[in-house]
Amino acid sequence: MAVCIAVIAKENYPLYIRSVPTQGELKFHYTVHTSLDVVEEKISGVGKALADQRELYLGLLYPTEDYKVYGYVTNSKVKFVIVVDSSNASLRDNEIRSMFRKLHNSFTDVMCNPFYNPGDPIQSKAFDSIVSAMMVQAC
Amino acid sequence: MESLTLSDVEQKYYSELFLSCDVDNTKKVASNGKVLDLFRAAQLSNEVVLQITELCGATRLGHFGRSQFYIALKLIALAQSGMPLRVETLNSVRDLPLPRFVMGKNEQEPRHAVMFADAENQGHYFPRPPLRVQAKKVSAHEMIQPCVPTADPQPDTTSPVVSPHQSPPTSPHAWRKHKRQASGGNVDRQPSVPGVVWPSFREAQPGPVTGDGMWSAHSPPPVQETWVSFTDTPPSSTLPMHPPSAQPESTTVRTGMSAMITNEIQRQTSGYDDPWKITDEQRQYYINQFKTIQPDLTGLIPGSAAKEFFTKSKLPILELSHIWELSDFDKDGALTLDEFCAAFHLVVARKNGYDLPEKLPESLMPKLIDLDDSAGVPEPATEVSFSASPVEVTPNKSPSMPSLNQNWPELNQNNEDTAIVHPVPIRMTPSKIHMQEMELKRTGSDHTHPTSPLMANPPELSDETKLAASIKFPGTSVGDGYSSSDSFTSDQEPISSAVNRQRSHSGTSPEGLKVVAPPPPPPRPHASHSRSSSLDMNRNFAAVPAAGSQQPGVVAFPPAVPPRPLPTQTSVPHGHRSVEGDGLPAHTSTSPHQMPEQPNFADFSQFQAFAVDQPEDDEENPSDSGQAERCPEAAGTMRTTKNDVQAEERNATTVNSAKVSTPLAPPPKPVRRRLKSEDELRPDVEDLPQKSNVIATVLATQPSIPRSIGKDKKAIQASIRRNKETNTVLARLNSELQQQLKDLLEERISLEVQLEQLRPFSHL
Repeated sequence: MAVCIAVIAKENYPLYIRSVPTQGELKFHYTVHTSLDVVEEKISGVGKALADQRELYLGLLYPTEDYKVYGYVTNSKVKFVIVVDSSNASLRDNEIRSMFRKLHNSFTDVMCNPFYNPGDPIQSKAFDSIVSAMMVQAC
Repeated sequence: MESLTLSDVEQKYYSELFLSCDVDNTKKVASNGKVLDLFRAAQLSNEVVLQITELCGATRLGHFGRSQFYIALKLIALAQSGMPLRVETLNSVRDLPLPRFVMGKNEQEPRHAVMFADAENQGHYFPRPPLRVQAKKVSAHEMIQPCVPTADPQPDTTSPVVSPHQSPPTSPHAWRKHKRQASGGNVDRQPSVPGVVWPSFREAQPGPVTGDGMWSAHSPPPVQETWVSFTDTPPSSTLPMHPPSAQPESTTVRTGMSAMITNEIQRQTSGYDDPWKITDEQRQYYINQFKTIQPDLTGLIPGSAAKEFFTKSKLPILELSHIWELSDFDKDGALTLDEFCAAFHLVVARKNGYDLPEKLPESLMPKLIDLDDSAGVPEPATEVSFSASPVEVTPNKSPSMPSLNQNWPELNQNNEDTAIVHPVPIRMTPSKIHMQEMELKRTGSDHTHPTSPLMANPPELSDETKLAASIKFPGTSVGDGYSSSDSFTSDQEPISSAVNRQRSHSGTSPEGLKVVAPPPPPPRPHASHSRSSSLDMNRNFAAVPAAGSQQPGVVAFPPAVPPRPLPTQTSVPHGHRSVEGDGLPAHTSTSPHQMPEQPNFADFSQFQAFAVDQPEDDEENPSDSGQAERCPEAAGTMRTTKNDVQAEERNATTVNSAKVSTPLAPPPKPVRRRLKSEDELRPDVEDLPQKSNVIATVLATQPSIPRSIGKDKKAIQASIRRNKETNTVLARLNSELQQQLKDLLEERISLEVQLEQLRPFSHL
């Protein structure tokens, strides 16, 4: 279960960020922000024109003492960042991938909404519910 | 008629009352009856009531139309508040309390009253701009319309306005809403319902939907009543759109909605439906709107077009976004007709103050059109209740199937159990046994018969035999007793093994008649330990009423090849057998059949009687072929036991001591019985006569029976006693042997299974 989930727009500003409120959310925000550098690195490193699932999923961006940060980028350069607690029985890679897949699907649904302007903060309740489901339950 | 402006609350209240009075749904309430009662319940003097009636125009019309009714209610409120009854005052009075009816004809009335009080307490949730009155007027006008079409022309003029009163949303129905009043209110009222709009509304028959007052925005799972009132109150049609700015576009949209709403009012009969249900009128309106955007009803409205359309509703983008999420079922960014209707409906509801649901209500789910394309795809994201139904169906079916299957085997067990129960008492008297057997035969049902043991037996033997056995049964009383014992053995067989059981199922029906002897002990699945089976047998025998002192001896037989009975004995009985005829051989033959063609069979061949059975055996063999493996051992043992029994039997006959012979005697009978099971028909028939023969021989061979007349009675009685004893002993032995047979069959089955398991390897 994630402790923090963030959706970063192409211009690297957050469209959506939600954390488990146990720890200072600011810390998570900072972590996500710093992880963007790693994401950029990985994106630029990948020179392929085609972006397959694997490339969308960036994997572990970097681990810290408390948590691990995973990244995922969409074709439109929208980035998803998931921060996972290290102490948490380490989630397998597949689980992280599935979490990103769900995020991506929800994000797509939000995009489909004509009333949503790309670039606006995501305020979809459906998206919220999906994210909440993925967050750490025990708060 | 003057148009009447009502506050939302009043609107709702009145509509409820109207509904309550309008029992025949004619939209017109007879001037008498309930209406008058209602009015009287207002605790007004009769003259006041009459005055009101007159004022509202009911006297003119002769009945209370909706508008008249509403006017009357308003007048009652006026009267109750002590104001003079004037038509003019109707609209001018603000904050008029709702008319109170003591009798509470309408259930809702008290609630309304309560709600009203609450509403008051809570204050005006939505301040009602005076202009709304105008809108209300329109709505009132709408209301009137059904009754008095001619009244139409007033719309604008009415405005004198009145502002309605209490704004608040406590719609009578909305007690729920009531609670949420505080929460709700996103919807602002549109300050002005432009009179200009009115005419356009009129055409459409709409009034702007006023939603605001109605429901102060709660998204309560709108109770149907609330919904009803929603639709019902056109006044609400002055849905003030959220955005304060009144824009013609939005009004047109509203117009449409209000039109629908007014339509709803007219139709409103059901108030007790799903609040989110789209009425036909509404749907028709939605469809018309859909056509304006997308002429093809099966087509899709692209998201942008839908966005523009719904933006006209002046709902906040966030809410529109939410509505979109709810309604775009397939998440394709476009709206099908169903989705569009759902979205539109949600917009209307929202405008009227309903809170948007978290999940799409079922009634709004796009099930109607093209389920394959759009709605068919259950989108779990937002809609939750979707697709519950299709999934549920199948699982329901499946459980039933296995249950059916399960019943079957259970029956067998049940039968066996019951069989176990039955035989015990039965055995005592041959006649009883016979009767029971008869019954069994008649009932002839499959497993359900207690005599399942018999049934079990036959199946193994052969279906043919079953019939024969059943037929034969009705025969002899003596035979019955034996048959019971046979059935007992047969029981053991099926009980012991699943295979047997299956056979019994097949065969049992016709046969099951042998009531038999102690029902074999509950099937023991052990893969056969002969010893264990013998223990079981012990138990069985214990159950056997017969004084089975010899049981242990019999028990010893089955496990291993039972010691061959004295050949002499066998020969002797054999001789008798031959005398007895086919029956015994038939039995013996059946046993060998069960275990097809075993060398043991040869044992029997020693006996002429058995030899005779061979043809029968041949017949039976095919049916029993399957059992070959198992049978051999069992057959061998059984046969030997049978032989022993027969030998014993013969010995008994020769010896004249029933007791001595009893151990022996019974076995032959079981053998016979087995034959019966195989050839139900023949063996049974044969057995019975044979048994009788046996008995006869027993009797005959008992030299001790003096034939002298004087002693005849005693002799006969003695012989009878001996015979009975013999019978019991034989029966017991029979049961024991059958049990042993079953055990052996179990073993056989287990061996067969092992063999099969080994076989594939051998093939490899």
